[in-house]
Amino acid sequence: MCDKHNNGVNCFSHVDSGLPEVMLSCTVNGENVCAHIDPTMTLLNFLRRDLKLFGTKEGCGEGECGACTIIMNSSAVNSCIILALEAMDANIITVEGLNKNGKISILQREFISNDALQCGFCTPGMLMSARALLDRNPEPDESEIIEAIAGNFCRCTGYVPIIKAITSASKIEREGMKND
Amino acid sequence: MIDKEYRHIGKPSDRVEALEKVTGQATYTADLEFPGMLYAKCLYSPYARAEIVSIDVSQAKALPGVKAILVGDDIPYLVGLYMVDKRILARGTVRYQGEPVVAVAAVDEKTAELAVSKIKIEYKQLPSIQTIDEALEGKILVHEDINDLEYIKGVFFPQPDSNIASWNKTIKGDIKKGFEEADLIVENELTLPAVAHAPMETHVAIAQADIYTNKVKIWSSTQSPFGVRKLLAKALNISTADIQITVPYVGGGFGGKAGIHLEPLVAVLSRACKGRPVKLVATREEEFNQLPSRAGMRGHVKTGVKKDGKITAFEIYYDWDSGAYADYGVNVGKSATYSGAGPYEIPNIELHSRTLYTNKVFSTAYRGFGHLETHWVIERQMDMVAQELGVDPYEFRMKNILRPGCLTISGEEITENSGSPDECLAAVAKEIGWTGYRSVAERRSNINTGKLRGKGLACLQKAPAMPPHTSTSAIMQMDDDGNVRIMLGVVDIGQGANTIMAQIAAEVLDMPIEKVKVMWDTDTSRHPYDWSTVASKYTFMGGNAVKKCAQNLLLQMKEMAAQALRSSIEDLAHGDEYIYLIHHKNKRIKYKDLALGYAYENGNGIGGPLIAKGTYMADGLTFLDPVTGQGYPALDWTFGAHGVEIEVDIETGDIQIIKIASAFDIGQAINKKLVEGQIMGGVLQGIGSAIIEGYKFSPEGKLMNPSFTDNKIPTAKDIPMEMIPIIIENPQPDGPFGARGVGEHPMISVPSVIGNALYDALGINFYKLPLSPENVALAIANLLE
Repeated sequence: MCDKHNNGVNCFSHVDSGLPEVMLSCTVNGENVCAHIDPTMTLLNFLRRDLKLFGTKEGCGEGECGACTIIMNSSAVNSCIILALEAMDANIITVEGLNKNGKISILQREFISNDALQCGFCTPGMLMSARALLDRNPEPDESEIIEAIAGNFCRCTGYVPIIKAITSASKIEREGMKND
Repeated sequence: MIDKEYRHIGKPSDRVEALEKVTGQATYTADLEFPGMLYAKCLYSPYARAEIVSIDVSQAKALPGVKAILVGDDIPYLVGLYMVDKRILARGTVRYQGEPVVAVAAVDEKTAELAVSKIKIEYKQLPSIQTIDEALEGKILVHEDINDLEYIKGVFFPQPDSNIASWNKTIKGDIKKGFEEADLIVENELTLPAVAHAPMETHVAIAQADIYTNKVKIWSSTQSPFGVRKLLAKALNISTADIQITVPYVGGGFGGKAGIHLEPLVAVLSRACKGRPVKLVATREEEFNQLPSRAGMRGHVKTGVKKDGKITAFEIYYDWDSGAYADYGVNVGKSATYSGAGPYEIPNIELHSRTLYTNKVFSTAYRGFGHLETHWVIERQMDMVAQELGVDPYEFRMKNILRPGCLTISGEEITENSGSPDECLAAVAKEIGWTGYRSVAERRSNINTGKLRGKGLACLQKAPAMPPHTSTSAIMQMDDDGNVRIMLGVVDIGQGANTIMAQIAAEVLDMPIEKVKVMWDTDTSRHPYDWSTVASKYTFMGGNAVKKCAQNLLLQMKEMAAQALRSSIEDLAHGDEYIYLIHHKNKRIKYKDLALGYAYENGNGIGGPLIAKGTYMADGLTFLDPVTGQGYPALDWTFGAHGVEIEVDIETGDIQIIKIASAFDIGQAINKKLVEGQIMGGVLQGIGSAIIEGYKFSPEGKLMNPSFTDNKIPTAKDIPMEMIPIIIENPQPDGPFGARGVGEHPMISVPSVIGNALYDALGINFYKLPLSPENVALAIANLLE
């Protein structure tokens, strides 16, 4: 917390940059997006306010809780502490982009059947961290799963069902690949 | 109990709303946008106690896009659940660091933030109350007008000219005699700090006020829409009928979203902005330091015990460091008077529970409602008494545990239907292989490895903390295609209430659960009344209401079918979406053909659309005697126990939980998968309170750790190596299908059981939470010196 905070001194770092708007182009869930934005806008605000993709949540706004996790160029990142501009030409996937051909993905289905969610607020971010993990490591062990979701807080589930769901999804996905 | 094959009860149904939650479609309050919506921000007090000398908003007001700025003098309303002691914005005096002083509404969040930064407030800093002793001493009064505050008389007992918001007592038997009979008296003092609820979704509220009438629409992340409606009506002096509260998906509550919080502020801001909708989303920092916490507490406990291990007397003082406003805090304090001595028979007891005003962020309900705190004191004390007696703490607990025929501390008789704490304790002791404390020699022999193992046990109990006349209700309608829609007043905040209710309705109606839809977005103008989504009471109360509602729907269908089939109701049965003749199964009518009324082939119609109601009101409960605390407060008791094995790194003080087994007598699991979810989630939240979490205040009363960086909650890296949920099912005859509540219970006694295991591992008794690596390592270092 800033020492000057609440003392009537302007310490809100993200207030009015006063800079001219800049152009951002990127791919979000497979669609090309082009927009004029304030250069100080966060990627989370770009997704929620400009693109109206409300699936991605803000839990803390300071990169601690992981509720805003999305996938940018194959990596799970906290979109609340990334400038939208950093996503220039990037490939972005949010929870709205997880489905496969209009059907929910194996990972989403395993979250449901393992009851890996309660209030559901951390779920979009949790799913994106899990997706990024399985994309780079199709056969993670428990410690790798824990490492991958350690930045995603969940106050409801105790994480055990989430770890089970990811383990189970990885197995089913691997079997599916063998069959393909 | 007859073994009965159920179609839905006890089955691991998937959460009914899960698909929306895994696809990002679930809409939470922060996701809502309305035409013309404005955004609010607040300026907070930087001081724990100060006089507001002047407020200059001129620069802020001059900013383009600022629509309204309100200060305390603009809003002369008082709000409060039990003690009407809080202003919507501070007026004259600020009572905690983080208290809102000025609120701004503007066209967007950026403008609102900029406006807030241009407000100048001059304060005169005053000395403040920061400790329990200072509060009790009462040299400074947090509320100088305490004698004039409105409160619920006979239930809460504010003390004149003091900082005691309520002093509740239990007096049972004769403690003087009890201590005289004792062979040993053990006295201890234990403490724990305030803790944040930390739901992943912070508090959010949107209001739209009609400036030509008194009408106010609210969208809120609340757990208590009907409570908010009632308190808002009282605060604004308008009619309940003028207020509509809608609750979208809620991202976790844990008690922090019970009561009334941001709603009055957005309502008055919307009024000030000519009725434009105003949205206020708490930042994470505000969630920590403006919105309420769980109170810190100090428990002083004195136990008298015979040589044979039988407890003769308890004297307990619970002093709650409850912050600047009473909110739910006084009721948390009150719950100790009937449940604050654990699941044991105590023949003679005097218990004092004092909820104290201090100049800190105020406190409210928190999962467990005071029980994690009181059980930290009691369950550690049970171990420490056993140590002094030289007996096994398992045997000592078993000797005193509540059994049928015993009286609770409020004089309520435990029966064979009340559930069984001893079965829970026995189950967890068996699961962790409890064989008694390690000897000093055993501890020493392992010290060279740098890691010491220990085991611990702890019991727990909780009944819903609620008014004795609490009620709830359900409405059911059938659509033309035979789908059933259920309207409830509960808020599913992730605990799974709507799934449980769908299972109960589908069971009674004997139909597929997919065709039973519980309607989301609880709306006080469209959904029937429920008191509040708190207290682990909804499976019991809502379950009974839904069961009765479904039975009523069946009866209506049978009445119509009896006429159509030229039969009588007694000769009809139901199953698989048909009403049929018992003796002639082929003579039958499909549910859906009765949904809108039955139509004969010639066009005649009978009956009408199916709409059923079910209500449930707690019965047989009483207020507690104001002097002795005796009475019948418990709708149902859920008993439980934890057993744990830990490994302590003696250099770093780090605790690794090898295994934790947690047993609860919940009568009947409606959905085992969801129950286990409650247990595992609650246990980890309890581990947070035990090892990780806690507010840290500067001597001047500034919250030093209002962020997840410095006030972490457990992550996936903090989970035990093994978590074993154990469900015990001794049915509750008046519970739906025998069920009891379990939402809060899993986190109770988790700190105690880890504390007890630390003694077994190290031979050190801990009196203070959290059992952080720092605190544990320091204690080990002190011992080694």
